[in-house]
Amino acid sequence: MRTHFAQALEDIARSDKRVVLLTADLGFGVLDDFARACPDRFFNVGVAEANMAGLATGLAEAGYIPFMYSIATFATLRPYEQLRNGPALHRFPARLVGIGGGFEYGINGPTHAALEDLGAMRLQPAMQIVVPADEAQAANALRATYDLPGPVYYRISKREGLHLPGLDGRFRLGRIETILAGDDALIASIGAITDEALAAAELLREEGIRATVAVVSSLNPAPVADLVDLLARFPAAVTVEAHYASGGLGSLVAELIAEGGIDCRLQRCGVFAAPDAVSGGEAHMNQRHGIDRENIARLLRKALCR
Amino acid sequence: MSTSKIDPNAMRRIVLAESKRAHVGHIGSALSIVDIVSVLYADVLRIPDPCDPERDRFVLSKGHAALALYAALTLKGFLSRQELSSYCTDGSLLGVHPERDLPGVDFTTGSLGHGLSFAAGAALAARLDRSDRRTYALLSDAECNEGSVWEAAMFAAHHRLFSLTAIVDCNGQQALGRTADVLQMEPLADRWQSFGWRPVEVDGHDPGALKTAFAEAAAGESPCAILARTAAGKGVSFMEGQVQWHYLPMTDEQYARACAEVVAGQ
Repeated sequence: MRTHFAQALEDIARSDKRVVLLTADLGFGVLDDFARACPDRFFNVGVAEANMAGLATGLAEAGYIPFMYSIATFATLRPYEQLRNGPALHRFPARLVGIGGGFEYGINGPTHAALEDLGAMRLQPAMQIVVPADEAQAANALRATYDLPGPVYYRISKREGLHLPGLDGRFRLGRIETILAGDDALIASIGAITDEALAAAELLREEGIRATVAVVSSLNPAPVADLVDLLARFPAAVTVEAHYASGGLGSLVAELIAEGGIDCRLQRCGVFAAPDAVSGGEAHMNQRHGIDRENIARLLRKALCR
Repeated sequence: MSTSKIDPNAMRRIVLAESKRAHVGHIGSALSIVDIVSVLYADVLRIPDPCDPERDRFVLSKGHAALALYAALTLKGFLSRQELSSYCTDGSLLGVHPERDLPGVDFTTGSLGHGLSFAAGAALAARLDRSDRRTYALLSDAECNEGSVWEAAMFAAHHRLFSLTAIVDCNGQQALGRTADVLQMEPLADRWQSFGWRPVEVDGHDPGALKTAFAEAAAGESPCAILARTAAGKGVSFMEGQVQWHYLPMTDEQYARACAEVVAGQ
């Protein structure tokens, strides 16, 4: 997805001279085309995420649309106060691009696992959060949001060739997109892990449980009306995210259910325990931490009291 | 004595009067930079209008001294006396630390270690715009404890952002003690130089020397760090070099003494 996203950004930058790309020395091979196309608007700032966020603030003040690129954990957590006091407090159109949600960096271990980036960004009301679920949606979401006022965080998958059947590249800010219709329960999913959510829905179909699968790609602004409407239609729901179970989509849905008095039993599929020293590939880590199709299906059965 | 219309003693009187009325501290920190800010606004910064996109940018990275900035903006005519008198009142845009929503404030600050990165970004933007506008960031010496200052310093030097000038208010004081005792930053000039900057050491209370330093800063082909040797609380004898005036508000008696000294110093 990141290559697709970078290509879309390059296309935008060719026609919109306000776009500047900063990287904190990451993106090997991914940003070369942009650097060639717009050499005067591409800066490798070095391994210095805090300074990158401050630079973006200074550039945005003068009318530029700076993109900051790094691995999701480094992008969001190292310069957290710089993002808060910079683009967020100033309400400047800086864009943060965090690569690799959840365990996508697998064998690189827990320092590279982005498990709290969405929660951390969601705590900043000014920070809009866009989490595409596949490549076509990533490109469309970028085109739809790159020129918004105020800052945006894009959590972009490292996996290439991601295509989610039924999504057809749809993206609307503050809305959800349904990719599978069913009458029995709801699976609401965010990001690249949505392919596991869809696979879980297929497993459940074999048992006669027909779930609706809704993709939440706009975490902030949250698709409140859409979610409330959907949740009210089902007796049970599971949220799916490659993230800690707290702070992200599961928390958003739990808040909406509680505050709206919605009669829907919720199970959150996310990472509950801090990662230990064991590492492995993404699929292994997802399974180990219960963000895989079998566990999503198990949680939905549990929510349905089956 | 500066011949400019941003009279530093008038600024000091504003700092004292507003601090007293609002019953807030950071008086020593504001008095420390009065002469620097006076020269900046009288003779250095090209700001025809605070909203002019081609204006020079100023980042008060040591945001806790914002009252000195408000004083200059008032004397410059960018801020009315009425607005000034709202300092630290409920619902005011004039808080202890400066907010960008106030015309004349380019960047919101208050947490140390952010401003030089903002300024480097502003200088980079000016270069991309092929503009000759300049960017100035005023830091405290203790702020240089923050690693992010040096990230910004490296970037600015690497990209030869010569339109960027950092002024370090070297008053030797920080919140809980003397900088030499808390975290030794000297030799500060050598440190800036080793990061690729041109350090210029100057008496931060000598307007003529400051003007010369700013002229020198604008002439080179690398970013310049003006190390302004200052005294916290400058102009009020019982505050000078006294760490408690980083925080304390004044009593009536202290206020009367301070005003008398500032008036006498005119």
